[in-house]
Amino acid sequence: MGFENFGTVSFTTEAKTEEFITYLEQGKVMTTRCKKCGTAYFPPKMDCPSCLDSDVEWFEIADTGKLVTYTTVHYGPSGFEDEAPYTLAIADFDGLRVFGRISKSVDENDITPGMAVKVVPVKSGEEKIAYEFQKV
Amino acid sequence: MDDVAIIGVGQSVFARKCGVNIRELCFDAFKEAMEDVDIENKDIDASITCSAPEYDKQRTPSGLISEYLELTPKPAFYVETVCSSSTTGLRVAWSLIKSGLHKVVAVIGFQKMSELNSREAAERMGRGADIMWESPFGITMPGGYALFARAHMATYGTTEEQLAKIRVKNASYGAKNPKATYRKELTLQDIMESAPITSPLKLYDACANADGSSCIILASADVAKNVCKTPIWVAGMGAATDTMTMSGRKSITGLACAQDAAKQAYEMAGINPQDIDVAEVHDCFTISELLAYEDLGFAEPGKGVQLIEENQTYADGKIPVNVDGGLLSKGHPIGATGGSQVRTIVRQLRGEATEAQVKDPEIGLVHNIGGVGQYGNVIILRR
Repeated sequence: MGFENFGTVSFTTEAKTEEFITYLEQGKVMTTRCKKCGTAYFPPKMDCPSCLDSDVEWFEIADTGKLVTYTTVHYGPSGFEDEAPYTLAIADFDGLRVFGRISKSVDENDITPGMAVKVVPVKSGEEKIAYEFQKV
Repeated sequence: MDDVAIIGVGQSVFARKCGVNIRELCFDAFKEAMEDVDIENKDIDASITCSAPEYDKQRTPSGLISEYLELTPKPAFYVETVCSSSTTGLRVAWSLIKSGLHKVVAVIGFQKMSELNSREAAERMGRGADIMWESPFGITMPGGYALFARAHMATYGTTEEQLAKIRVKNASYGAKNPKATYRKELTLQDIMESAPITSPLKLYDACANADGSSCIILASADVAKNVCKTPIWVAGMGAATDTMTMSGRKSITGLACAQDAAKQAYEMAGINPQDIDVAEVHDCFTISELLAYEDLGFAEPGKGVQLIEENQTYADGKIPVNVDGGLLSKGHPIGATGGSQVRTIVRQLRGEATEAQVKDPEIGLVHNIGGVGQYGNVIILRR
């Protein structure tokens, strides 16, 4: 399976990183590291433009990260109207920054930059898959 | 390096809905710019059209615009860096003239955003992010800047009220600008009580989508001195990029691309931030203007709020910023915005900014950002 069911509205299907989705299905949020120079990436990349090499390995993102910043979107663009309000955020996992949503189960008043979060795969509807941040 | 000059500037009225087609929209800006100079259409050696293409059904608009403005058979092409497209166009025009390839180049920016409804426009702008990794979560342009606003607040204690004061200032000048979309003053209370769009940003923290066009005509020194009263010289330019992804940003309390571009521009012009007499910065949101104060070196990181608290960015302050109303009140027709900012600074340096003339400025600065800090252009102009 490719990226056609990733997130609320996907704009991409084919990608060399499709294993990311397979791992999500298995309950893991994974990303890649270049085996040659050791650079870790998020989002994952199957190519290392510095080494001009494509020998990368997958690894699981750290258990606990720190919330960097967030915003609660009240006005959703086309395709997202029915989901607003939803909260977008950046969290830092051992220096690797991840962008995503904070779980709707967390009240906006309980969100503060710096708080501990984990990143967890989530399924919605029949087929949609993504990940979200949850409070630790 | 004072050998490429701006000889003519123009813009259309910016409005929620212009009611004309894109070629007619561009004519308004072209006409005003041509009225500045003693040249004919045939003297323009090349035209660069700048816009964000996803709003138009017309493919390759540069061909259409050059036909309508009677600039054929001279070369015409298209430049795009979303919201900073027309200052990227200016950078290319400068290079064409500096290289000796051309003597006179026109940079035409436009956007007819009313071709799309508001949610569709938000969706297109949202796709100005990484469509594979970030757009599927519902990121929007305001949402991206709101992430910076929240981080700035958490790091430096910046408040929503301080951001609102930036809008109060810009609305006070927008009210005097006959070409602005939003020509009303706003009180602190109006802004603080406006509806939330993406926390901590509210409706009046944001600029409006608009239709509009701009036109900047540049020329080599030998031509410039003969065809206009007051050539305005391009003294410095800087341009930089940052990651498309929000997750890739090293800084979330300032725009690295603006900091890099500013450094290059100051170096090229041989000046410091304190030498700037008047500035136009990319205030698509109130937070964006605050970040610009710091990224451009008008204030230390985290200290930008002092400038607005002390009214230092009003026309009679230490460093007047956006005294034409800014994007916040003028509206933000993406491809036209940079050209409109350049027009304001040129009119200020010529002493022609009747609505809010800063006292005798010699050096002005334009800061124009594409996306949520993906592209940054800084241009320094001198009388």
